[in-house]
Amino acid sequence: MTNQAGGVEGLPREKVEQFDRELAEILKRYPPDRKASAMIPALRIGQTLFGYVSPAVQALAADRLGTSPSRAEEVATFYVMLETHPFGKHLVEVCTSVSCSLTGGDRLYAYLKQKLALAGAGNTPDGRFTLREAECLGSCGTSPAMLVDEEMHEQLTPKKVDAILGGLT
Amino acid sequence: MSETLILSARWAKPGSATLESYRADGGYAALDKALGMEPSAIVDEVKKSNLRGRGGAGFATGLKWTFLPKDIRPRYLTVNADESEPGTFKDRYIMELDPHMLLEGIALTCYALDIHLAYIYIRGEFAKQARALETAIAEARAAGVIGSKLLGKKDFPLEIHVHRGAGAYICGEESALLESLEGKKGYPRLKPPFPAIVGLWGKPTIINNVETIANVPWIVQHGGEAFAALGVGKSGGTRLFGVSGHVNRPGVYEKPVAYNLKQLIMEDAGGVLGGRALKAVIPGGSSAPVLAAHEIDISMEFDAVKAAGSMSGSGGVIVFDESACMVRALARLAKFYAEESCGQCTPCREGTNWMEGMLERIEAGHAVAADVARLEQVANSIAGNTICALGDAAAMPVQSFIKKFKPEFLAHVELRRCPCGDDGWGLTQEPRDAVAGPMRYAR
Repeated sequence: MTNQAGGVEGLPREKVEQFDRELAEILKRYPPDRKASAMIPALRIGQTLFGYVSPAVQALAADRLGTSPSRAEEVATFYVMLETHPFGKHLVEVCTSVSCSLTGGDRLYAYLKQKLALAGAGNTPDGRFTLREAECLGSCGTSPAMLVDEEMHEQLTPKKVDAILGGLT
Repeated sequence: MSETLILSARWAKPGSATLESYRADGGYAALDKALGMEPSAIVDEVKKSNLRGRGGAGFATGLKWTFLPKDIRPRYLTVNADESEPGTFKDRYIMELDPHMLLEGIALTCYALDIHLAYIYIRGEFAKQARALETAIAEARAAGVIGSKLLGKKDFPLEIHVHRGAGAYICGEESALLESLEGKKGYPRLKPPFPAIVGLWGKPTIINNVETIANVPWIVQHGGEAFAALGVGKSGGTRLFGVSGHVNRPGVYEKPVAYNLKQLIMEDAGGVLGGRALKAVIPGGSSAPVLAAHEIDISMEFDAVKAAGSMSGSGGVIVFDESACMVRALARLAKFYAEESCGQCTPCREGTNWMEGMLERIEAGHAVAADVARLEQVANSIAGNTICALGDAAAMPVQSFIKKFKPEFLAHVELRRCPCGDDGWGLTQEPRDAVAGPMRYAR
């Protein structure tokens, strides 16, 4: 089903159907007249299914939630975990906030830059990794920490980082 | 004196997160007891308990509950699980290791306040904790603890849902949290009206922190007075103190609210890492003004820390040893606030970025003495001039670091480099493996 806003334009049909199924589950959490509340979860589902939150994904979410694409865009660009541009197969985010910095977070980030041959935050040329610094991950007592594809890894050392990255497909 | 553990007593038990384990330890008995009480009696116990909000502001929980208008329905409960302030890492363990304690607290609060729909707003990065909550909610629903009846016997429909954020510290601010929960960007609202009057979807809404709500079962079970007796004055109970940075045993320690900060660091957390001298402590999450080493022999009770010129805040204690560069530490904090400012208010949006840039220049030795004064001036211009408290939170570290450690800032200017060396973090020279023990829970 298409819509006037062009919500599914350019998106594979079977994935849109899956989006609708997953969103239907999420929508049970909100009153029927408050569907727009599911904007963050909807965009997260879209990001998982379509790779990133493209304008088409924003339009799809807005359409299904009965709100405007500009509302979807506002949300997509406000939250750091919503990606509005294509990113690597694996997202590696190293916490360099104060407690992690005090215990080796900065050095870990430098190590990862070297390991992935990156000058700073960004994507590796083969598209396998995206590296960036994260603000406080709430792992201050088990620092330094990093998120890899939304999974938290704590009390890290270069050796542990090697093992974690080496275990990724 | 033996210590009472309310929140962390079960954390070390295998399988502590399951309904079976929680019930085996007497879980949901408080809810069972409450069903035989008048809802208003539960509110009275919470008032008597002197429970103060554990998210940072320390506002009296029972009093907050009484702000709900009597005649407006529906009303909602939102649990603030957006733990994101540097140095604060305690709520995650409640959600991870004892989620049913939180759910029982929610059920009790909702029963007391005639609320039938509750949301746990959890930061997006806490995937593991969100899963633990989802599992616990599914268990509670399947067992008939929540749903159409409470504990399968009291007609009181209650639904609890998890709502995951997507990475924005500002959404820990209660009105920004509501905006986010409504599916918008997290822009704080002008207050008043406060959420208890006009909250989620325009309806009365109580917003409490995870740790705050997790205390409610114990209060109902043992009585408000017993909880109050654990504290001092108008501050009852125990607290989860997270200790991080340069200590031998970082971790979460449950202690009475008025526990001594020096004892917490020097004894419980094993003292300063590597036997170095202590330089400074941030006592209550990164926005709390920094204390110099000689100022830490104080009670952690909210009003006591305030009297000492700082804030007990979220109970997140960050420790700096003598090798830490305070300018670098502040630059790092400034970067956090610049990243996390929502951008709605000009003083915060512009000021936080300005402070970040100035601090980078000072740290690198590219500044003049007047820049230090200018930095202070910018911080003063942000404080008190924004819709929410993030502006103040960004300004307070700058003001306090300059006040307490000005010679370090001037040394950077005079030497045209960082006097602490190219790293500036002392201990990072040593592999973390060698210094960090396993994560400590409580004691």
